[in-house]
Amino acid sequence: MSQTDTRVDRVEARSTLDRARPFWTSRRRDQLTGYLFIAPQLFGSAAFVILPLALVVWYSLHEWNVLAGTFDFVGAENYRALAADPNLGAVLRATGLFSAGLVVFNLGLALLLAVLLNQKLRGTIVFRTLFFSPVVVSLVAWTIVWGFLLQDNGGVNGLLDTVGVDGPNWLRGEGSAMLSVIVVQVFKNVGLNMVLFLAALQGVPAELYEAAEVDGASRMRQFWRITVPLISPTILLTSIITVVGSLQVFAQIAVLTQGGPGTSTTVLVYYLYQQAFQFHHFGYGATLSIVLFAIVLALTVLQWQMRKRWVFHES
Amino acid sequence: MKPGKAPRVVAAALAGVLALSACGGGEAEDTGPASLRMTVWSANEAHLKLFNEIADEYRRNHSDVASITFDPLPFENYTTTLTTQIAGGNAPDLAWVFENSAPDFVASGALLPLDDTLKKAEGYQYDDISPATLKLWQHDGKLYAYPFSTSPFGVFVNTDLLRQAGQKTPAELIAAGQWTWDTALAAAGATRAATGKAGLVIRDFDYKGWDNLSTFWTGWGARAWSEDGQTCGFASPEMVEAMTTLHRAIFTAKALPGPGTTADFFAGDAAMTITQISRASLLKDDSFGWDLVPLPAGPKGDYAVVGQAGVGVLKRSRNADVAADFLAFLTNPTNSAKLAQFFPPPRQSQLTAETLAKTNPKLKPEQLQAVVIDGITKGVVKPSHAGQAELSQQVRAGLDPLWTPGADVKTVLDGVCAKIQPLLAK
Repeated sequence: MSQTDTRVDRVEARSTLDRARPFWTSRRRDQLTGYLFIAPQLFGSAAFVILPLALVVWYSLHEWNVLAGTFDFVGAENYRALAADPNLGAVLRATGLFSAGLVVFNLGLALLLAVLLNQKLRGTIVFRTLFFSPVVVSLVAWTIVWGFLLQDNGGVNGLLDTVGVDGPNWLRGEGSAMLSVIVVQVFKNVGLNMVLFLAALQGVPAELYEAAEVDGASRMRQFWRITVPLISPTILLTSIITVVGSLQVFAQIAVLTQGGPGTSTTVLVYYLYQQAFQFHHFGYGATLSIVLFAIVLALTVLQWQMRKRWVFHES
Repeated sequence: MKPGKAPRVVAAALAGVLALSACGGGEAEDTGPASLRMTVWSANEAHLKLFNEIADEYRRNHSDVASITFDPLPFENYTTTLTTQIAGGNAPDLAWVFENSAPDFVASGALLPLDDTLKKAEGYQYDDISPATLKLWQHDGKLYAYPFSTSPFGVFVNTDLLRQAGQKTPAELIAAGQWTWDTALAAAGATRAATGKAGLVIRDFDYKGWDNLSTFWTGWGARAWSEDGQTCGFASPEMVEAMTTLHRAIFTAKALPGPGTTADFFAGDAAMTITQISRASLLKDDSFGWDLVPLPAGPKGDYAVVGQAGVGVLKRSRNADVAADFLAFLTNPTNSAKLAQFFPPPRQSQLTAETLAKTNPKLKPEQLQAVVIDGITKGVVKPSHAGQAELSQQVRAGLDPLWTPGADVKTVLDGVCAKIQPLLAK
């Protein structure tokens, strides 16, 4: 039999087989079911994440005058304006300061509270509830109340006054305004990280501490040599959540300081909002959002890469 | 899933989304009766009731208009919300516009020219509108918004608090020819010292809304920028003198509440406040004795400052012509007289103490004459400039260092000009 005959036979055999086998095989049915299950998520991600991301890149290449109704392609002009923006340095400085302050205060306090509330003592559940409750309070309501408390003649200074301390004008001083915004945000969300740390602490096997005690290790040494390594995956998780969250801060700034005094609390997201929605520079606002995206991505990748060095089970 | 299939699935999903969004982007055909929407920044029930009454009357004679809705947007973010609606393809048919965003709206081409529609409207009496009130809303000889409210700033006075502090009331000072910033600030400082309540509050300033300070510095002949908008005026000797006086009044005489301190005149917490007459509605009956007087004289003599608001028709509206026709009805002489109870009208025939008194029961004819009518005649409009939002932000940030006790006024004001001069020269 020639080679051509063999090929013809094979094609005929396959077409006979195709005719005999129905299209909806169980494998195809399973595949369709799978696709249908993920369709809502896929559609949602495409419509609300991927498409807007693509559009932001597209907008950043345009000058969009909302009032005049013009949308002109300007190429890299917005990126050149970004490089020459005299405010960008101060904005990035404020963003860095806020993020660093938030991560240090939030994680430090959350870990401290978690360790304290992990003791088998009476009343710990009450304190856990107390520290967690701000997490479920409306962010704007929380911030407005703090805005009243931090006024020059507000509750915080009134309290300081009773112990003979003349408190600063919290939201009007450059340093104190940033500190106030950080503290308001820390108190709002520290409960969430505290709960995550508590869960991690309760997962540390008790026999490790017993063995360490037998070996004569101090409480501090046990904390650094046993607790911290074993809860390091949670430290990684909370630090990523906190860093990413800190770069998205907006409501607190909008309510408490509007970026002032001067530009001392003008963080990147607030600056982006000002440029796009207040100054109507939508193209430039889109360019700033790409900067924000790049920073968040870079920090997340960095933290993820560094996990191998210090996160237990990852090396 | 076989390798290579996943990208195809994602691509198909994206194509679907793009197709859907493309379908949603088109404008619908203009068929059937029009539904008009007008954005306003007042959610005051009495204001909205009057608007709805006028709209209902219009619809009775216009079967081509199915509905007219007044959409109150929050005052604080009004312009931001409005422009976001425009950007999102959800522009209203008509919109109130603040005086500080007038140059941006008027010059951008976003609004429909109104001259022809208003002049042709039956019984409109276009020439009755005071030309001075139209200036801000015109561009290249065309009118882009109707100045429905031209409201001068005056000083509301808590006469009980001043008397309690042993101070002369402004009415007495006016009668003696002594109503100046020197005496006003002295009375405010003395009242604060004697009663512990705030002296004078420049309402809505709160160390952020700096354009409200024009009610103060205009008395020194100072301006935020030159008439042509090209040159910064913050470093001028007049401005330095005015701001030095203000700085001393805040931090030395404590005549004004300091930064971060709130005091509401209408709750009885301050002796005096500078604001517009529309705020008279906030006065509770008989809770304290009060008066309304013109702004004190500055070193350059008597002056007045007015705030303005216009209403325009968005060119992008599918019913722009119908909206313009409704605007002509809303602002005709009859309805203008009705609106005068809340918004001082630009019509000269209606700017009489008698007319205004009929609809402003809380104010006496002499108060209306001194503050409103005289104010509109000689008033300077609050600062406005193209790109005002960005300028405003830069000025606010530049002025922040001034609001500390040891500030060097001249250095701070030079810094403001260094910040805004490049924006003014654009």
